[in-house]
Amino acid sequence: MADAPADCFHCGEPLGRRAPLWTTVRGAAVAVCCAGCRAAAETIAQLGLEDFYRFRTAPASKPTDAAGEWRAYDDPALRDSLTRREADGRSAILWIDGLTCAACGWLITRAVTQMEGVVRADLNMATGRAQIVWDDGKATLGKLLGGIAALGYRPRVVTGGNVDSLAKLERRANLKRLAVAGLGMMQVMMFAIAMYTGDADGMDPSIRAYLRIVSLLVATPVMLYGGWPFLRGAVNSLRMRSVTMDVPVSVGLILAYAASVFNTWRQRGEVYFDSVTMFIFFLTVARYVEMVARHHSTGVTDALSRLIPATAHRLTGGPGAEIIQDVDVRQLGAGDRVLVRAGEVIPADGEILGGGARIDESMLTGESVAVARIAGDRVAAGTLNADTPFTLGVTAAGSSTVLAGIVALLARAQAERPRITRAADRIAGWFLSLVLAAAAAVCGVWLVLDPSKAFPATLAVLVAACPCALSLATLVAVANASTALARRGVLVAHADAIEGLAKVTRVVFDKTGTLTDGRVQIGEFSPSRGASERDAVEIAATLEAASEHPIARAFASAAGAGGVAADAQIVAGSGVEGSVGGRRYRIGTNAFVRAGFGGDLGRAAPGATGARDDVIFLGDTAGFLGGFTLEDSPRPESAGVVRRLMEEGIGVEISSGDSKAAVRRVARHCSIERYAGRQTPMQKLERIRSLAADGEFVAMVGDGINDAPVLGGAGVSVAMGRGSALAHASADLILVGDSLQALPDAFRLARRTMRIIRQNLAWAVAYNATVMPLAAVGWLPPWMAAIGMSASSIVVVLNSTRARPAPE
Amino acid sequence: MAIVFVLIPISLVLVGLACWAFFWAVGSGQFDELETPAWEILTDDDGVPPAPRTSAETRTHPE
Repeated sequence: MADAPADCFHCGEPLGRRAPLWTTVRGAAVAVCCAGCRAAAETIAQLGLEDFYRFRTAPASKPTDAAGEWRAYDDPALRDSLTRREADGRSAILWIDGLTCAACGWLITRAVTQMEGVVRADLNMATGRAQIVWDDGKATLGKLLGGIAALGYRPRVVTGGNVDSLAKLERRANLKRLAVAGLGMMQVMMFAIAMYTGDADGMDPSIRAYLRIVSLLVATPVMLYGGWPFLRGAVNSLRMRSVTMDVPVSVGLILAYAASVFNTWRQRGEVYFDSVTMFIFFLTVARYVEMVARHHSTGVTDALSRLIPATAHRLTGGPGAEIIQDVDVRQLGAGDRVLVRAGEVIPADGEILGGGARIDESMLTGESVAVARIAGDRVAAGTLNADTPFTLGVTAAGSSTVLAGIVALLARAQAERPRITRAADRIAGWFLSLVLAAAAAVCGVWLVLDPSKAFPATLAVLVAACPCALSLATLVAVANASTALARRGVLVAHADAIEGLAKVTRVVFDKTGTLTDGRVQIGEFSPSRGASERDAVEIAATLEAASEHPIARAFASAAGAGGVAADAQIVAGSGVEGSVGGRRYRIGTNAFVRAGFGGDLGRAAPGATGARDDVIFLGDTAGFLGGFTLEDSPRPESAGVVRRLMEEGIGVEISSGDSKAAVRRVARHCSIERYAGRQTPMQKLERIRSLAADGEFVAMVGDGINDAPVLGGAGVSVAMGRGSALAHASADLILVGDSLQALPDAFRLARRTMRIIRQNLAWAVAYNATVMPLAAVGWLPPWMAAIGMSASSIVVVLNSTRARPAPE
Repeated sequence: MAIVFVLIPISLVLVGLACWAFFWAVGSGQFDELETPAWEILTDDDGVPPAPRTSAETRTHPE
């Protein structure tokens, strides 16, 4: 061993002869005196604040009492990096260690809500995360964390990087408990079988006594180590004067274990070591499976938030004399220029300034084919530059990127508890009190009838009737469905979204950017003066080659590569003027082109398109040559998606702000019968309300800024991944893939999830209702009750995994 | 049947060893990630440096 330091690294107290604890700061192992100092040092290290140790002039205060340990969190710099300002206070997302069942969540939520200054607290068992919002003037983060710690749970503040290691520690601890319980159970069962055989065939009393003592030796570590989470959970909940699942479990375990120890000692009566170890093993298995499901559902968000690289190559200095400087990605701001090398992850949202590259967006969209992006295109942080280096003009960095917004929404969804889970928890809580009362009643009745049967019957009731399956029923199914949806590029931004999705009877699309891809294309050409379409497109493309406008790009893709007009002049907001083949042309708005040939207002615009705003005109010095209509073409998958939705029995309609003609064209393409164009957001909202009044459950799919109130008003709202941040914020689901393809799947998956939840609830209720009377009349021995209860939980968990189809 | 007085303690020692071995395996990260190792056999490059440890990990042996 390296020479042990004499003092604690964090608080500076002499270590003495105690074995020090070790942790890592700045890559070096350091010794600390206690768990409190270790937690403090680790938190500081995780936040990248190790410089504290270099520059401090006095040792840190030792976190002695429960409150003191958490006081470090009240440091303003630390607090600002861990919390966010919200409209109604300051909020933080916490990961709570030691959550064992749904009632723990209820307990924490209740206790925290009662603390002074807390505005609201919301905890999601499926993810183990809580969101707490408090009034800055009345409470501090440190105080709240201390309060939660005093309940017996260890809160940790969730920042991007530490979630993974916390999950790892939890998984390791649970694996160890699982191994001890499993190996112990097998040994004890072996001895139990020997004793059962001995009961039938006769056995030497000394060997029987010996086997009992050996069983006691093996069952004790299983009880104390494997059963520790349940015992601790029960103590915590009793301290709060409430009943959680752990209470009947612990009462059963302690009764059975104590009676067995007593009977071993006096060498008479029954021993229940086999039931005790088996019960602990099966419960541990159920909790392990639940933990895996929970980690899966948080993994998606954490993977997203880790996409952003830590450093970026910032370019400074003028063209030709550029200096590349590697900076912390947090220092980037809008307006910076950043070099993105081939194979690197794009560090911020921005626009490609020079060059072009294929961008792999699979981490956001699931689409594995890299897409070509050229100068002027926007790219999102977190996507990968597949082949060519380019310069990125940063438009948004850090917490204002699209990716960061999505991650924040997901984190919020994961800290919420779905309505349907809350209902199941209420039933479970009420049922628990019933179980305890029933156990007491059974005990009383048997004491009168036949005292020898009182103990096993009471034990069986306590063990068999535990409603673990009931509280797992919704939790695991919802968590699994969220994971499955995320794999398909559908992110669940609200906890209730899956329940809502399953109920949808009608989908209302906003046209632009949903059924269409939002990119302008050249449609029909209406000629004047006998101009040919080919010539017109070529002239237009040559003129527009000088411009970066989206319309210009539409011409470029229509005509292919061509020359650039020599003396092209761009008039912002109007059009382009220039010479092609010795003649002067103008392309742009009606008025701009008119002015080019002397503004003869009497001359009619080409076609019947004079008043339309989606037409771009071409003219020379003599008059109009023609007009191009601009179209927003339907996505390739739109028609198929609409057909699949209709096959599922879901009505489809369009309510759009676009021109009626454009909406009609898209509706025909997708064979949608109901459509309305030129709709204001108010009209869209009214349409949704009137549908809801007719008993329809409406899903709204939109993407624009002005869609936000409409999205908020629908039963379930879906926003496109490329849509505005405001649309994201009011949506229940986000199609990050920017493709509608996943939508029909999402509806089907949601319906299947709700069906699974109903099956789970029915199974859990049926099991408890059947088994209680059996246990009460004494037909069910305790070991069988242990199998029954655990098997019912495992059935529920396994059934729920059907909500998560195997990855393709 | 007196042999059980010897055999059972031996079996318990073996169980204890199995437990210790499993705890060691868990503690050294053998079970942290079960997917990547299955794929590693398909990659040609041997001698890939191990992933750096995170600062949150506590070490039991500082050497």
